[in-house]
Amino acid sequence: MVLGNAGNYGLCIACFIRDTVGALGFHRAAVVQYIRPEIIGIVLGAFFMAVAGKEYSARGGSSPFARFVLGFLVIVGALMFLGCPLRMILRLAGGDLNAIFGILGFATGIGTGIIFLNNGFSLKRTYSLSSFEGYLFPLVCTGILLLLITRPGFIFFSESGPGASHAPIVISLAAGLVVGVLAQKTRLCMVGGLRDLFMFKDWHLLSGFLAILVAALAANLAFGTFNLGFTGQPIAHSDGLWNFLGMALAGLGSVLLGGCPLRQLILSAEGNIDSVITVLGMAAGAATAHNFGLAASAEGPTANGKIAVLLGLLVVAAIGYFNMDRSFELNMKGDVKIEA
Amino acid sequence: MSKLKLNQVDTRGRSCPEPVLLTKKALEKNPEGVQVIADNTTARDNITRFARNLGYKVEMVQQGADYILTLTR
Repeated sequence: MVLGNAGNYGLCIACFIRDTVGALGFHRAAVVQYIRPEIIGIVLGAFFMAVAGKEYSARGGSSPFARFVLGFLVIVGALMFLGCPLRMILRLAGGDLNAIFGILGFATGIGTGIIFLNNGFSLKRTYSLSSFEGYLFPLVCTGILLLLITRPGFIFFSESGPGASHAPIVISLAAGLVVGVLAQKTRLCMVGGLRDLFMFKDWHLLSGFLAILVAALAANLAFGTFNLGFTGQPIAHSDGLWNFLGMALAGLGSVLLGGCPLRQLILSAEGNIDSVITVLGMAAGAATAHNFGLAASAEGPTANGKIAVLLGLLVVAAIGYFNMDRSFELNMKGDVKIEA
Repeated sequence: MSKLKLNQVDTRGRSCPEPVLLTKKALEKNPEGVQVIADNTTARDNITRFARNLGYKVEMVQQGADYILTLTR
């Protein structure tokens, strides 16, 4: 942000995916079009880290279309609030009190998702795929990076608005690489933190979440960019109800997916094709949110956006309900030797 | 392995947080301990942390691409 990115933008996965699909021309909201090197850096950093740590493994086949739809709706919810769960924390750290409604909604969504999980919700198992299947996503990201560097005429770049404020490519890419490496190693997940605390009384993942809050708060205080209040916050609106409902949708969708948008990017880089499909769903959701006028802006939510969030909550609840396996019994074997 | 009369739960192919959830359910049924098969390091580490938090001892053996975790009191 200090280096030129938009205010309290920090690192917002939802916003950056939205900017990137805009640059590729999938939506024509002229103020939010820029290929964000941070996203590409995160994917490549996580990919190299996973390969080096022998954690790379191509797999997929776990309800791909349900994941696409969930990814789509998570972004519709996030763009109502104007930020992914990660930016929600960064906004709070910047003094934006609207984020509190977002967090309450997010926690409510996660709590609701846990009810589905505890009742046997599952998107069913994944299967091993050829290694090359998993290389395709990092390759595509590298291709998009080349489009940013070569700037061919068919790529859109915002001339004003949030899409026009960005740090130099090299710095953004390097920042993304660092985040990718760290997030892969720590398995940082915004939704996992609250989920594990609620479900298993486990603080492990939430500690990452809190560390980001404290570090960002300290940085904002140090740079004098801390601004406590509800109004006049960068790229935010102060409609509490819709901030709550937007993040409730994002939280519920994310918990059913097993991870927040950042975590989906990391998993995609590790060879998880289900997460690649989720990221494509998020990209489609971001494009549609702008094409249909669903995304909120600093002026507040739109009528279309409100309808979309309510419909989204219904659809996610239906996906949750119809994937609950009530007859689920543990498939346990007593004292059986395991074949390698 | 056959010395211990432990029930097994297979979490392979399941995505987060299902492996831990399956382990939790298995331990509720078999509080004395269970054997869990996991196929990725995230599940392996999460199950290990979960079991240790509950006061179980965790022994891990790698078999091919899978991890076999033995959780005992």
